[in-house]
Amino acid sequence: MQLIRNPFLLMAVLLLGAEVQAAVLPEDRFDLLRHEYDGGGMEIAGPSVLVRKSFADKVAVSANYYVDEVSAASIDVVTSASPYSEKRTEKSVGVDYLHGKSIYSLSYGVSKENDFEANSAHFDLSQDFFGDLTTLRLGYSLGKDEVFRSGDNTFSDEADRQHFRIGLSQVLTRDLVASLGHELITDEGYLNNPYRSVRYLNSGGGYSFQPERYPRTRTSEATTLGLSYYLPWRAGLHGEYRVYSDSWGIDANSWQLKLIQPLGQRWTLESRYRRYEQGQADFYSDLFPFRDASNFLARDKELSDFESTVIGLGIGFQFNKENWETFDRAGLHLWVDRFQFDYNNFRDIRVQTTPGTEPLYSFDATVTRLLFTLWY
Amino acid sequence: MRIALLIVVILQTGCAIKPWVKPYERSRLADPVMNAAGHPVAENYMHHVHQAREAMRGAEGSAGGGCGCN
Repeated sequence: MQLIRNPFLLMAVLLLGAEVQAAVLPEDRFDLLRHEYDGGGMEIAGPSVLVRKSFADKVAVSANYYVDEVSAASIDVVTSASPYSEKRTEKSVGVDYLHGKSIYSLSYGVSKENDFEANSAHFDLSQDFFGDLTTLRLGYSLGKDEVFRSGDNTFSDEADRQHFRIGLSQVLTRDLVASLGHELITDEGYLNNPYRSVRYLNSGGGYSFQPERYPRTRTSEATTLGLSYYLPWRAGLHGEYRVYSDSWGIDANSWQLKLIQPLGQRWTLESRYRRYEQGQADFYSDLFPFRDASNFLARDKELSDFESTVIGLGIGFQFNKENWETFDRAGLHLWVDRFQFDYNNFRDIRVQTTPGTEPLYSFDATVTRLLFTLWY
Repeated sequence: MRIALLIVVILQTGCAIKPWVKPYERSRLADPVMNAAGHPVAENYMHHVHQAREAMRGAEGSAGGGCGCN
């Protein structure tokens, strides 16, 4: 009975009780991705490499190496700083352990830029129930960021992050699977971008800049509902709706439809449409009425009121060769996604006119992904 | 206490429920077309693109790091 009084122990007993083999580890694979983002004055490109290998169907290890080569001349940069280039690298390693119907996953990652370093550790548990029709997932992540400012050796600060995740997926029919996920994230520390400024009206009728100032805590919650349906002609239709809110006053939601359509045995076509909407943070303003107009100040367009849409297309080809001894199969995929961002209270101050009457900013971007995969 | 016991009973009973979709009826669910995130590297990258430009974060099924964006 003492056990039942402790909900964590109770959960542990229920999760670890079953012993029938059902869950499976992720596939052994090697992925080489080339990614490119081009839009709004930003060009970001680089590789991402993933290797995953399992042993004795019990343990799988994985490693990922990711690079962003950034060439930045976005509207924020050209209106308050100088265009720049930088490189971000991210390395992570992980291990999955299969025990009965449970999979325990641990991973650790480090992300580095010349003025930023993030370390994070992740733990996830997945458990199948009810004749394997139900899967429960629990997860926790811990992260620490160190923030610096180029050209200012006196500045450094930190931020701590924690993530709590829970998710459930449920087989409803032999053609339909539903999933529900929820994640709570808490941040504490320096959450600004150290280079960004807000603008305010000055006494001369124009505007001046002062550094942004964010709260040092942020808590957010996001919930996602997903449905996957097997269409009668062999295709997968995937719908997803996500709703979000945080302690900075931002509410957001997105929905997406994705269709995966095979063509014969070797080709696959993918298409997706995604719509995203968000409201602004409580302390956001495109133009503050005067200097230090409030405790917290932001003019980061990612905290403003805006909508975005994405239309994406992809094509894949799979190679199967019976005489391959080392590899099961290989695949080549290409995806192109077209983004459109429309801001409702972030103005394009490259246009010289009366402050606060500049045209609203919008931009589009193209994201290209080329993926080569070997399964072994 | 009673609620906890009730949950235990329900879950233990549930473990004995016969699955209404039998294992041999799950071939469609196991088809790769039913995996919307079948290529984790490509999918994680797209999550990163969204995260870097939106305030919304979490519940997207990927582990993120810092972002190379401005």
